[in-house]
Amino acid sequence: MTASTDETGAGPREATTGPTADAIRETCIAIRELDAWYGDIHALRSISLDIAYGEVIALIGPSGCGKTTLLRCLNRLNDEVEGARVAGSVRLDGQEIYARPVDPVALRARVGMVFQKPNPFPKSIYDNVAYGPRIHGLATDRAQLDDIVHVSLERVGLLKEVRDRLDEPGTDLSGGQQQRLCIARTIAVGPEVILMDEPCSALDPIATARIEDLIDELAEDYVIVIVTHSMQQAARVSSRVAYLNHGSLIEVGETNRIFTNPQHKLTEDYITGRIG
Amino acid sequence: MSKIERRRRIEARLGGRHRRERWFRLLGITAVGLALSFLVLILANLVGEGASAFTQSKLDLPIRYEVTASPTGGAPDVRYPDVDYDALVLDALAGLLAVEPDRQMRRELRQLVSIDAGFVVRDSLGSAEQAPGARLTVTVPASSNVDMLVKGQLDRSLPAVQRPLSDRQIAWVDTLRDSGVLVRRFNTALFTNGDSREPELAGIRGAVVGSFYMLAVTLLLAFPIGVATAVYLEEFAPRNRWADVVEISINNLAAVPSIVFGLLGLAVFIDWLGFPRSAPLVGGFVLALLTLPVVIISSRAAIRGVPGSIREAALGVGASRMQVVMDHVLPLALPGVLTGTIIGMSRALGETAPLLMIGMVAFIVDVPTGLGDPATALPVQIYLWSDSPERAFAERTSAAILVLLGFLLLMNLLAVLIRRRVENK
Repeated sequence: MTASTDETGAGPREATTGPTADAIRETCIAIRELDAWYGDIHALRSISLDIAYGEVIALIGPSGCGKTTLLRCLNRLNDEVEGARVAGSVRLDGQEIYARPVDPVALRARVGMVFQKPNPFPKSIYDNVAYGPRIHGLATDRAQLDDIVHVSLERVGLLKEVRDRLDEPGTDLSGGQQQRLCIARTIAVGPEVILMDEPCSALDPIATARIEDLIDELAEDYVIVIVTHSMQQAARVSSRVAYLNHGSLIEVGETNRIFTNPQHKLTEDYITGRIG
Repeated sequence: MSKIERRRRIEARLGGRHRRERWFRLLGITAVGLALSFLVLILANLVGEGASAFTQSKLDLPIRYEVTASPTGGAPDVRYPDVDYDALVLDALAGLLAVEPDRQMRRELRQLVSIDAGFVVRDSLGSAEQAPGARLTVTVPASSNVDMLVKGQLDRSLPAVQRPLSDRQIAWVDTLRDSGVLVRRFNTALFTNGDSREPELAGIRGAVVGSFYMLAVTLLLAFPIGVATAVYLEEFAPRNRWADVVEISINNLAAVPSIVFGLLGLAVFIDWLGFPRSAPLVGGFVLALLTLPVVIISSRAAIRGVPGSIREAALGVGASRMQVVMDHVLPLALPGVLTGTIIGMSRALGETAPLLMIGMVAFIVDVPTGLGDPATALPVQIYLWSDSPERAFAERTSAAILVLLGFLLLMNLLAVLIRRRVENK
């Protein structure tokens, strides 16, 4: 399967952002011919995709299509999985992240990740947010660290809710609060990209709405790649959508265009609910 | 099938299904009851046998003593070596019983008190500051035969030749009891003395201290090595055929009979490396080998129990693998790791067979003061005493078992408390 071309008719495997204002935006992540395997399972097949600064891109597709694998290739979290293998190229700001000199530990400080199930550390709210800055040595004294923690919590709208109980365990918060705490933990390190793996699938509709609003706000400062099962969510939060099926990138384009005028038969089947 | 027929079939089987459940519950309760009753039986037997060992018959003797001037002409010294302390004890006994002892009678009188009585008197006089010619009441232990008679464990109806005490001695004991000189008191010697050939002087202090030193060595070795091994195998080692080999080896090691470890310790530590025999150091090494698989297996289980989402969260913000382990995995696995370690340690505390191999079964009177001193251990002391023919050692064996069970109970209680405490956090 090959990725269908966008309206522009650019290269057959190269999905570009189209002729809109996005096109002149600088490319943040450039994925070329990326293949991934888990043991014998070929999870990603020759994915090529550009992700630009300032955009929120949603990865959609049926279960097991490789969305999460693609996401985890972007911060090399698949390196930690026994038997996982990657071939191809992923460039962040023009630098190959799978090249030898790149330390995945440093990479993950630039490409943060929010997981499907809220997974705060069983430590205090403060320590949850302060952990990243601490291990990376981002604060030289306690006041700076306090500052990072407060700003990060403020950014996710959690500060006024937890200001008086920063010493309480992060795991005591509600599900939605926990997920916002996890986002605060991610941005405390100051990443350029935030990967979100179905961040709302474990949350109720109200908490989901808050996270979606937050994604809109964060989009001003971070490149966001979000995996979602909800087409409504993809429509609400993303500026572009990439549809994957069986490990291949089928189609990528502006969100409105994908949902109103899909070019590929598989995409159409999926968004109209015939497969998935 | 009609609706009514379907319901009839379901209801027809209901009775049988419930009956099977009731049977299973009954079976479970029976099993638990059986296990508990055996436990109660063992405990009752031990307490019945051993409780009397916690008291010991003692004599309050009024010692009258003349002090000879010390050869230097200084202050009077009652510890002057010419003083026959055994004679002082005999005089006191004869005085209490109002007899003029001949040679035979003196021998019989001497058999009433512990052979240690003279030393007790010497030590008491040494610390006393009474005027010469005064009387001082000194408490000396009765001999084990007298103790057995007092505790009713000596059959008076036996012919005199089959008894360790003569008719005359029994009459004296009764007189001394009636006059309040011979009384049963708490048996402090059991806890403050090392082993002895005389039951009334034998104590478990040497064995307890020996066990303590050994467990300290075991803990110091088995805990860090075991936890480090578990962390490496779970978090760092690649999953391949070698990992399987290591895993199987560790599981097998946990099942190896403990005496084999004892032989290994004898061959490697004593024969080859030249460590001293009977030393708690070597005992600790051997018990560490024995405990290691238990610590590794339980630590691995605890580490495996830490949710992967926590690891990914830490990796996601850029923690290195080492930071993931030290900051998140180990703190969360700690209760399980500690529980496993304590269970391993309590198993080590009860181990006897490997210690026999490395010479810790020797008769050792002195309380060890270091890791290289000859020592024995609590379970080995039990084994030694259970082998002694004296009736008085039988009750001490049970008493020592009770003490050992007490320590085991404490350790397991500690394991439960640690688990509770960390789980509530």
